[in-house]
This record gives sequence, C-alpha cells and structure tokens, in this order.
Amino acid sequence: MTTAEKYVTGAYLVLLGALLAYLIIIALKVGRLEQELADLTRAAREKQGG
Amino acid sequence: MSTSLRNNAVLAGVLLLPLGVLLGAFWIPEAKGDPAFRIFYLHVPIALTAYGCFGVGAWKALRLLWKGERRYDLESYTAIHMGVIFGLLTLVTGSIWAKYAWGTWWSWGERQLVLFLILFLFYSSYFMLRYSTDPGPRRERNSAVYALFGVTLIPVSFLAIRIAGTILHPTVFTHEGPQMTWEIFTIFLISFAGMLALAATLYRVELAGKRIDASLRELRELLA
Repeated sequence: MTTAEKYVTGAYLVLLGALLAYLIIIALKVGRLEQELADLTRAAREKQGG
Repeated sequence: MSTSLRNNAVLAGVLLLPLGVLLGAFWIPEAKGDPAFRIFYLHVPIALTAYGCFGVGAWKALRLLWKGERRYDLESYTAIHMGVIFGLLTLVTGSIWAKYAWGTWWSWGERQLVLFLILFLFYSSYFMLRYSTDPGPRRERNSAVYALFGVTLIPVSFLAIRIAGTILHPTVFTHEGPQMTWEIFTIFLISFAGMLALAATLYRVELAGKRIDASLRELRELLA
C-alpha cells in the first residue's frame, strides 16, 4: 500500500468509525428508552390497580 | 417526512455512498497529480452536508421565531447536532488530506480552514448556550436566535475565500462552474447525494429519539 493509499484509507475509516460509534450510541439509547418505557408502563399499571 | 420518503433516503444512502466510494476507487485512477485525491469524494460532500445541516437548523429556528411552534426547536437542535458531527468529520478528513498534500495537518494561514473552524466552534458553543438556561420558551428563543446568527457565517466564509484568494486550499466551485472533469464531478455528485441521504437518515433517527425522550419525560411527570 502506498503512502497516499494509507491516507485515503485512513480518511474513509474515520467516516466508518464515526458511523459505527453513532450506531453504538443509538443502540444504547434505544435500550435506555425501552427500559424507561417498561418502568413507566409498570408504574401506570400500579397506579391503575390502586 | 413520510415513511416512504424516509425509507427512500435510507436506501439512497445505502446505495449511493458505497457506489461513490467504488467509482472513486476504481474508475478514476488519479486526478490532478494528487494520489490522495480520492479523499475529495468524502471530504467535500461531508463539508457541504455540514453547511446544509446548519442551514436546516437555521431555517427551523426561523420557523420557530416566525410561527411560534415549539416542535421547530427540537428540529433545529437536531439539525445543528448533525451539522456539528459532519463539521468535525470535515475537519478530520481535511486534516488527513492536508497532511499528505501539504505536509501539515493544519494551516492557520488558510482562510477557508480558519473560517470553517470558526463556524464549527460557533455551532459547538450552541450546546453550551442551550444547556445554560432552563427548558422553556426563553431557551427556545435564545437558541433560535443563535442558530440564525451562525448561518450568516456560511456566505461570509464563501465570499471571503473568493475575494481574498487562497494559498493552499483549492477552490473548485467558482462562478465559472465546477473546476473539475466530468468524471470527477459525476462521482462527486453521487457521493454528495449519498452523504445527504445519510445525513437525512441520521437526522430522522436522532429526532425520533429526542421526541421519544421528551414524551417519556412528560409521561413520567404525569405519573408522578
């Protein structure tokens, strides 16, 4: 691999890395929202049950 | 944005970005005597997408101030959030290219670079301003005014470069049109369309997450 190709690959890997990082952040966020929704659903059921 | 349009944006991003990368890698062996020129197909679309995101953020901010509808606050915030991410990617990919082409990661003498950095730092500060005040109409108005003020830096950036000239950083889009061959311009357009589709997809995902977050917070308060 030439020096230029290393720089080109590096630039493309930056974008790929950013996309993967974003995917992980979103996955964690979805997990947190799912947990919060489950907690609220339980709280709503308890409130309804008296 | 309708569901079909949203799905089309995802599909366009999935197809066009790799197509741009592959065409850039195999169709054009070398351009302008710069073997690292292929970074152009990534760096310039990312930079223009960042400008676009800031523009959308300002447009939504204007709608908020004009119409007074609170949903525009979240939309403006999300677009600026995306703009800052794409702005950071512009700086990083640009620095990688600069290191190869100019032998340095950064040049303070380049107006285009410094103006873009100012724009990036200005919008990065948006988050500090936003979270320094309590949620409510005041924060929404302040954020909207800030977002609108920042977008004026984009034409200033473009004009300053063209008036003052450039030392190292090339200016490929002039009043005489794009200064590149049709092959390069074609791949650039494909990559740019892919990048816009990617940004639109990320914007929708981020906005949906923020809206769900806000709804859950409201629900929590109602149940408390």
